[in-house]
Amino acid sequence: MPAVEVSRLAKRYTSTAGISDISFTAERRAVTALLGRNGAGKTTTVEICCGLRRRDSGTVRVLDRDPVAAHQELVQRVGVMPQAGGSSASGIYPSARVREVMELFAAQYAHPLAPAALLERLDLTSVAATPWRRLSGGEQQRVSLALALVGRPELVFLDEPTAGLDVHARRTAWDLIRELRSSGVAIILTTHALDEAEQLADAVVILDGGRVLATGSPADLTRGTTPELHFTAPPGLDVAALTAALPNDATANETAPGHYAVGPRVDPEVIAAVTAWCAQHGVMADNLTTASRSLESVFLDLTSAEGSP
Amino acid sequence: MIALDLSPAPGAAPALRTFRAQALMELKLVLRNGEQLLLTIVIPTVLLVLFATAPIADLPKPRIDFLLPGVLALAVMSTAFTGQAIGTGFERRNGVLRRLGTTPLTRPGLLAAKTSAVIAVELLQVGLLLLVAWALGWSPHGSVAAVVGLLLVGTAAFSTFGLLMAGTLRAEATLAAANLVYLVLLVLGGVAFPLSDFSGGVRDVLQYLPISALSDGLRTVLAHGAAAPGRDWLTLAVWTVVGGTTAARFFRWD
Ligand SMILES: Nc1ncnc2c1ncn2[C@@H]1O[C@H](COP(=O)(O)OP(=O)(O)OP(=O)(O)O)[C@@H](O)[C@H]1O
Ligand SMILES: [Mg+2]
Repeated sequence: MPAVEVSRLAKRYTSTAGISDISFTAERRAVTALLGRNGAGKTTTVEICCGLRRRDSGTVRVLDRDPVAAHQELVQRVGVMPQAGGSSASGIYPSARVREVMELFAAQYAHPLAPAALLERLDLTSVAATPWRRLSGGEQQRVSLALALVGRPELVFLDEPTAGLDVHARRTAWDLIRELRSSGVAIILTTHALDEAEQLADAVVILDGGRVLATGSPADLTRGTTPELHFTAPPGLDVAALTAALPNDATANETAPGHYAVGPRVDPEVIAAVTAWCAQHGVMADNLTTASRSLESVFLDLTSAEGSP
Repeated sequence: MIALDLSPAPGAAPALRTFRAQALMELKLVLRNGEQLLLTIVIPTVLLVLFATAPIADLPKPRIDFLLPGVLALAVMSTAFTGQAIGTGFERRNGVLRRLGTTPLTRPGLLAAKTSAVIAVELLQVGLLLLVAWALGWSPHGSVAAVVGLLLVGTAAFSTFGLLMAGTLRAEATLAAANLVYLVLLVLGGVAFPLSDFSGGVRDVLQYLPISALSDGLRTVLAHGAAAPGRDWLTLAVWTVVGGTTAARFFRWD
């Protein structure tokens, strides 16, 4: 039995806003990442699964229960980290200290993690006595993550858990999420960081305009894409002239100032032609690499082809 | 790195542990809130001292016997209604109630914790006011059970309306309205001025305000050593039922 099964889920806010047809499955002992542009419907989907919002239609099974009918059972088994700065703000008493909030939440569960150890693990010991409203944005995010985990849940919903985290804190959060998975917890998270999804997720669900565009593992989604050639050079190279010099229908683009990509397929002839052209024009091509497309470039293609939500 | 046992071990804590933690949190938050302490502790105490010692209004003698019951009623209103409405209103606005809804804490559990915190603050208030009144020459009389009973029904009546306001209005509107109601009832509710200062028709209406019923009931017991009128008990009970059913029906958690 999967951790979460969502089928034909719909919720309308207005005639245009909302989600219209979401189906996906999230396995146990796995990280499932919901991806999508702002307004794609990630938070709506997650909050319906947590029983925080009501659906209009469709079926949702969370740990094989209905999230509305079995709410009181599921709150014991499921941890939730709501999106920060969303419509419902932080969800924490502004004047309560970090340690107090942790202990308050811990006191609700039968076998909680030790608040002090969890704080230590997330580098929050130094702010344990600080009132919530005086925490930095990233510190609030980490406390919020800790609160979702303190009750030793079987399943956690993390809505943008690493938004606003510094590089170190993001690594710490990733390690913790991986450790949760290996301990047998099912994790459903949303993120805008495609590298994060690529690193962490066993399965990815790409939403757009309230629908599912694609599902699969990051490897599935990037497989079949042929390698591209990337290099950096002074901005403003004449890519049309370069393209004209390339064999096998290859084309060159400047993806960002000074960053060039050659595709759709590269082979030794194309690489030779690119370097020859650069030599002719006295251009030093740096960071010359070939690689399959990243999840990010697949995501960009998928979501722009469908237009904005 | 700190080793944590992250393996799933779900389950809710015993209801008593949850309740104790939540009630303590609620109490700490109230005691930490300066504006609320001004409203619940400072204003009633200052009113009591000021009106008892300065020749401000023409009050029945002895002045302290008239004032103490009214100020006790005001203290109950400030905690159970005004303080609770504002506190809970902002908890709702800040998404605290919504997030607590994702934890094993139940709604009756939350309500019980809030009520206990209110009663704890009232114990502080009543203790302080009795002490001040005693220092000002008040000598205790009347039935303790009747006083406690009246304070509890008064608390119930005011709490239901505080929660109704917190659960239906925007937090900013609750802040303004709860303070306004406090002020209006302070003046109209027989707290520091006797209702007999108003003309007959107006008085007939004002005596059914919860604050008037509470201060009148307390005054009958504390100042005259008599049993509180059935009308006061009934008035408070009706307000409680009306407020309770409306709040249960219309309270929004987010
Ligand atoms: N409470 C609400 N009332 C009305 N419309 C809403 C509400 N919540 C969300 N919406 C709309 O529904 C759509 C999906 O919103 P949702 O918050 O689920 O998106 P999201 O994918 O989480 O976006 P983000 O990446 O910005 O967090 C958006 O168009 C949003 O404007
Ligand atoms: Mg969102």
